[in-house]
Amino acid sequence: MKKILTLLVALLLAGPVAAQNGPLRLTITDGVIEPITFAAPVFEAENAEAAQVVNNLNRLVAQDLSGTGLFREIPANAYISQITSFAQPIAFADWRAINAQALVTGAVAVNGNQMTVKFRLYDIYSGQELGGGLQLAGTTAGWRRMGHKVADAVYSRITGEGGYFDSRVVYVAESGPKDNRQMRLAVMDFDGENTQYLTDSSAIVLAPRFSPTGDRILYTSYESGFPRINLLNVANVGRQQLQTAPGEMAFSPRFSRDGGSVIYSLSNGGNTDIFRSDLASGQYTRLTSAPSIETAPSLSPDGTQIVFESDRSGTQQLYIMSANGGEARRISFGEGRYSTPVWSPRGDLVAFTKQNAGRFHIGVMRTDGSEERLLTASFLDEGPTWSPNGRVIMFSRETQGESGTSSLYSIDISGRNLKAVPVQGAGSDPSWGPLQP
Amino acid sequence: MNMMTKATMLLLVLGTAACTNPDRLGGTGGAGAGGASAGGGLAGSASDPTSPAYFNQAIGDRVLFAVDTSTLTPEGQRILDGQAQWLLTNADYRAVIEGHADEQGTREYNIALGARRANAVREYLVSRGVPTARLEVISYGKLRPIEVCSNEACYSQNRRAVTVLSFSAVTS
Repeated sequence: MKKILTLLVALLLAGPVAAQNGPLRLTITDGVIEPITFAAPVFEAENAEAAQVVNNLNRLVAQDLSGTGLFREIPANAYISQITSFAQPIAFADWRAINAQALVTGAVAVNGNQMTVKFRLYDIYSGQELGGGLQLAGTTAGWRRMGHKVADAVYSRITGEGGYFDSRVVYVAESGPKDNRQMRLAVMDFDGENTQYLTDSSAIVLAPRFSPTGDRILYTSYESGFPRINLLNVANVGRQQLQTAPGEMAFSPRFSRDGGSVIYSLSNGGNTDIFRSDLASGQYTRLTSAPSIETAPSLSPDGTQIVFESDRSGTQQLYIMSANGGEARRISFGEGRYSTPVWSPRGDLVAFTKQNAGRFHIGVMRTDGSEERLLTASFLDEGPTWSPNGRVIMFSRETQGESGTSSLYSIDISGRNLKAVPVQGAGSDPSWGPLQP
Repeated sequence: MNMMTKATMLLLVLGTAACTNPDRLGGTGGAGAGGASAGGGLAGSASDPTSPAYFNQAIGDRVLFAVDTSTLTPEGQRILDGQAQWLLTNADYRAVIEGHADEQGTREYNIALGARRANAVREYLVSRGVPTARLEVISYGKLRPIEVCSNEACYSQNRRAVTVLSFSAVTS
């Protein structure tokens, strides 16, 4: 509740920690930044039952924040002050002395299978609380979600942007040799925890896509014998085949921004074009009609435009057209082949796969094709997906050779903080869902 | 030799009868779930010109493609001439043509590319008189390689279209 207005004054932390002379604020830019230092003493256990979970919860918050590369934790053995009670006054000088810029305190109470988590965030240098205290309630089984929510609140208060920790990722879990790979859909927390399998491996599945609210998943399945688009309800894992325009193969689906229709590719007589179908009525609209391959459509956040890939020029390139089809303008002009474009949730960038000189890259460019930046390079990187706040991209990386397997990685759009996502087994084709309510 | 009995038994063993399911009588290049494991042994003897084994091995069930193309080579056309002849002689068989790509490309593009390759084969067979109703196409993109190394020796074998026979008398 205090001084919210002053938080809007952005402070660029280009220099050393001690240079901070305003409210705590990290402006995320593409340049190199000095991580914000934070201390997160173990949360107070308000009753005996809470004693077990406080440490785990506290470690999870610290891990989420440190994992962004934007924050660096001050280890507990450096503390001068100890926090024993959530209500106690903060000895700011003690935290300033160990160069902590932010302090996260919390308290947990457990009653049976219910728990409540309270937390506060302090700006050490200005000696003030940052944002108000927050209380979360939930089940003990869902303790990780509460930890992620605390970390999201800290991230959001310091950066001024939405977080991405309390989110889920649907992907293709893979096992078996390269020439007989078993594939099934799985959904997990963004950090690889709480994996749940949504299909068995009796048919090839690929490229799942979350709906805007995360309640449904579109994916391509070979269970009918041919590639077809399935719609899966996450809550009850019920699935049905999508009614598409008539065609031999349907794939590469994505939801519209309102979740009411689907854009996808349809292949007929060797030619692949982009269509849209209304989920309620089944009515379809053809959006492209060219003899070339048009696939991988992705809508802009305002729903008015579609970015897609086409080889109409002779090689795969990226194009943007109206959401209703019609004339398309090419936006990729660099060397090599561009594919799998995905419009960022902020609307400013398109992430893509690029193939050039025998290597694959994940990259981003502005929607007019300018400022192309390649973020990764490997034998085979493909299939970028955006974090809910548009700051991180997750993708698949496959290693080469007979024993080649696919793993999930994430990287900041700054090009920093490349990390393997700890998936159970091999995984590919991630789709990052929204922040959970 | 009673092929019909043999083929009917095979279908019972596999427990599958849907005419649209492409996983039938595949050679080693077949890709459908279980298709590869059906193997040539169940497809009759290669010395019997009316057997799927003869089709798969003596004529050749597949044609190969250059990088990122769906153009049939002269060698491919020669194989397809043989396939067309066999299909015209053995009218009880249908075929699903599977298009495949090597791993140098994204999954979605390679499905579209495999569709082009499968369709190129279908169009050629139709041009040689095979009724189009007996031919279906499917693409697996890069999802079902038969060779697993990551160099051109394997890639050249994976850029293929495989004609996988199925016995149509059961359902037609």
